[in-house]
Amino acid sequence: MKYVLLTFTLFIFCCKSDQKEPAPLEIYDFMGIEPFLNREDSKTYVVNFWATWCGPCVKELPHFEKIQKNYKDDVEVILISLDFPHQYKTKLQPFIQKHQLTSKVIVLDDPDMNAWIPKIDPDWDGAIPVTLIYNASKRVFYNRTFTYKELESELKTFLSP
Amino acid sequence: MTRASSNFYCQKKMILLLFVLFSTLSFTPFPTEKGYDIGDVVSDFKLENIDGKFVSLSDFETAKGFIVVFTCNTCPYAVLYEDRIEALNKKYAKLGYPVIAIMPNNVTTKPGDSMEAMQQRAKEKGFTFPYLMDADQSVYPQFGATKTPHTYILKSTKNGPVVQYIGAIDDNYSDPALVKNRYVENAVDRLLKGEPIEIEKTKAIGCSIKI
Repeated sequence: MKYVLLTFTLFIFCCKSDQKEPAPLEIYDFMGIEPFLNREDSKTYVVNFWATWCGPCVKELPHFEKIQKNYKDDVEVILISLDFPHQYKTKLQPFIQKHQLTSKVIVLDDPDMNAWIPKIDPDWDGAIPVTLIYNASKRVFYNRTFTYKELESELKTFLSP
Repeated sequence: MTRASSNFYCQKKMILLLFVLFSTLSFTPFPTEKGYDIGDVVSDFKLENIDGKFVSLSDFETAKGFIVVFTCNTCPYAVLYEDRIEALNKKYAKLGYPVIAIMPNNVTTKPGDSMEAMQQRAKEKGFTFPYLMDADQSVYPQFGATKTPHTYILKSTKNGPVVQYIGAIDDNYSDPALVKNRYVENAVDRLLKGEPIEIEKTKAIGCSIKI
């Protein structure tokens, strides 16, 4: 499998040598996403559900990037994209490249949404953006958008002084 | 003794207070700011359709109910459901459950959802259902709609239309061929048979309504 991937990558490289090939996407169904929502180490996780087609999501994305940069020792930002499979190559990967996202981006592709939305939070109705902040001792789901200041002050309630 | 009787008096007062409170609650005509829940009576509205005429639920005198879909031109999820919304209307309008589509977005924020854009989209796709604009954005908050697409099935009763189902159209936005559960169709089929609905509420990803 590794070799197939390598060959494929090489193939793309030789044909589009003028373009830098984007990093491959990590794509999961909900079962694959669950471990990212339930890590039990010493870090605080800021998990944001977003998509390139979602205006308010794109608007607040820089705040998450800034959080990742400013709190890189204690915090891991995970951006879970809900982009459509047919737009991974045309929209999502170019977006990640263009904005040079440094936070971890993973993709959730699981069309049976009613099965997994309530598992993330019973009160979530499915509109995005939403954000989950958690660590070993605290877990809060935010059905809202954030400014940088708001996000930082929420995050600080998770970090020990 | 005095304390006991004052306690008793207090309790009586409390019961009276609770009684007053409950009787007010039960007569509150409109639900909370969260919008309609299953069993709530829907207030009628009057919204402009793409043909320039204004449409109210009460215009449909013989309707057994309605499939109200908050939808728009610009949300990719809504777009993926366009053909399925049209199919619902084709199948159920004649059975007494017409589709009423309402576009809830602020068109200044989303110019792609303007009346002209709605007219054009309806023409391209051959929509046969009313495609109404919630121009002052007053109707979607009453329903408690938060995203597009967001569906409400209503059943006509002598008290007015009553909410029977809230949620997604089916369980696979991306591929109609892979749908396992047609939530809306199943619910309307049950209503037509006079049977209780199996799944009254479902959740799905959508685009937040633009204010």
